[in-house]
Amino acid sequence: MNIIEAKQLVHEFFRRDEEGNIEGIQVALNKVDLKVEAGQFISILGHNGSGKSTLAKHINALLTPSDGTLYVDGKDTADSNNELAIRQSAGMVFQNPDNQIIASIVEEDVGFGPENMGVPTDEIWERVERSLKSVGMWKYHAHSPNKLSGGQKQRVAIAGVMAMEPKCIILDEPTAMLDPDGRKEVIKVAHELNRKKGMTVILITHYMEEVVGSDYVYVMDKGKVVMEGEPRDIFSRVDELKSHRMDVPQITLLAHELKKSGLDIPDGILTREELINVLNLG
Amino acid sequence: MFREITIGQYYPAESRLHRLDPRVKLFGTLIYLISIFIANDIWGFLFLTVMLGVVIGLSKVPFSYMVKGLKGIVTLLIIAGVFNLFMTPGQTLAQLGPLTISDVGLKNAVLMTARMIFLIIGTSIMTLTTTPNQLTDGLEISLAPLTLINVPVHEIALMMSIALRFIPILVEETDKIMKAQMARGADFESGGIVKKAKAMVPLLVPLFVSAFRRASDLALAMEARCYHGGEGRTKMKPLRYEEYDKRAYVWIVLYLLVLIVIRVVF
Repeated sequence: MNIIEAKQLVHEFFRRDEEGNIEGIQVALNKVDLKVEAGQFISILGHNGSGKSTLAKHINALLTPSDGTLYVDGKDTADSNNELAIRQSAGMVFQNPDNQIIASIVEEDVGFGPENMGVPTDEIWERVERSLKSVGMWKYHAHSPNKLSGGQKQRVAIAGVMAMEPKCIILDEPTAMLDPDGRKEVIKVAHELNRKKGMTVILITHYMEEVVGSDYVYVMDKGKVVMEGEPRDIFSRVDELKSHRMDVPQITLLAHELKKSGLDIPDGILTREELINVLNLG
Repeated sequence: MFREITIGQYYPAESRLHRLDPRVKLFGTLIYLISIFIANDIWGFLFLTVMLGVVIGLSKVPFSYMVKGLKGIVTLLIIAGVFNLFMTPGQTLAQLGPLTISDVGLKNAVLMTARMIFLIIGTSIMTLTTTPNQLTDGLEISLAPLTLINVPVHEIALMMSIALRFIPILVEETDKIMKAQMARGADFESGGIVKKAKAMVPLLVPLFVSAFRRASDLALAMEARCYHGGEGRTKMKPLRYEEYDKRAYVWIVLYLLVLIVIRVVF
């Protein structure tokens, strides 16, 4: 069964004037179809304003559809009775690491979700330890989050979601405010959770490099899903990606240009090693 | 310049006072505050001083730390003392031109100053030995009966702990904004009070904007983690009374009784 299934999902934001009359409608999501199977690592790519964060908020039931349907773990997000159950099965990590950490001690912050769910005290401690270990932050459990680096804070935030034991975790541009090291750290942790714990991961990003290891990629532009497929397939459509204002990684671009100039290499080169291999053989 | 702000300052140490349940400390502080006003002669204050000395010894916090808190109110103490000394009617002890010192005035001035000093030191012992989180937890439980009259105790406690978490972040942000504005020629140092206050306005506007943005982000993040008020919530670190907490309650009550006896007998 699909853990997340969106059918013709539409979301409209209303712009209002001072009297509250509707001045204009902005369509943030335009008939989006999306399917995620349990255990998959899915990426959603898009530049600013493509609607990808709006989609993330829908999956967490922070927004509800204007039209169309969205089912998360078999529950309709439009029904407000499902709100808490949906947020338990689909946890969300946000962009700004500082603005999503609630407590002044790491372990207390990770315990916040389970506390809200009414988990008994002993089990909260077990979950906190388990989830902090799974992101490699257990040794900082008694620290203040203010003293951690951006990447570490973001890992704490991921642990905070893991402690709720969701079926699926949505990372909404988790690396946008981090330095390159922090970005690698967070993406690595996301892949580890997917591989070792079988967690379904939905990574929302505008960095194409981060999409490389995923099972399936959706590209969004102006509220629509404009491309979808496996990373290799997506990366081979360089000109199409450029038309949707995506920054194609340099290696892929280089391979693409080499191919255009007549070199016999396959489409969709993702990493530097791959290109070196191909060039040696060719 | 803002880095010196120390609200709810905590002095980490391993002491009996640090280990004590925050509810006991809150109760003790309350009793202590009442006791300061029960004591009204030299014997009462002698007893208070001895007891305070014992508690300071138990807390393992350097005495100089507590005295720091007094610096801020020296002016207030002097003004209050002087007014009490000269403005209270009673039998004249000394006369300095138009100013008279009466016996009641002298007694009031001394009592008043002593009470203020005891008050500051006593309450600072509590904040120095209790982490802000323990304090809010303790308050939440101690004030729980107020929910019956619709006081949102849980929400207030949560607001307090979130505020404490964001103080260092906002302080850092203020520093950043100040530096950015100083780099463009803003002047926060020179001029009188009015000019300095005016220089603060362009600082406060971006600070408030960012604080509101943070608040809205945080609210969303809390909602995403299933926060739906205090109802049905469990505690990761619930407060449990230990044997020594119970003994501490006995000591606190004994202390109050002794003080009342002193007041009645002498």
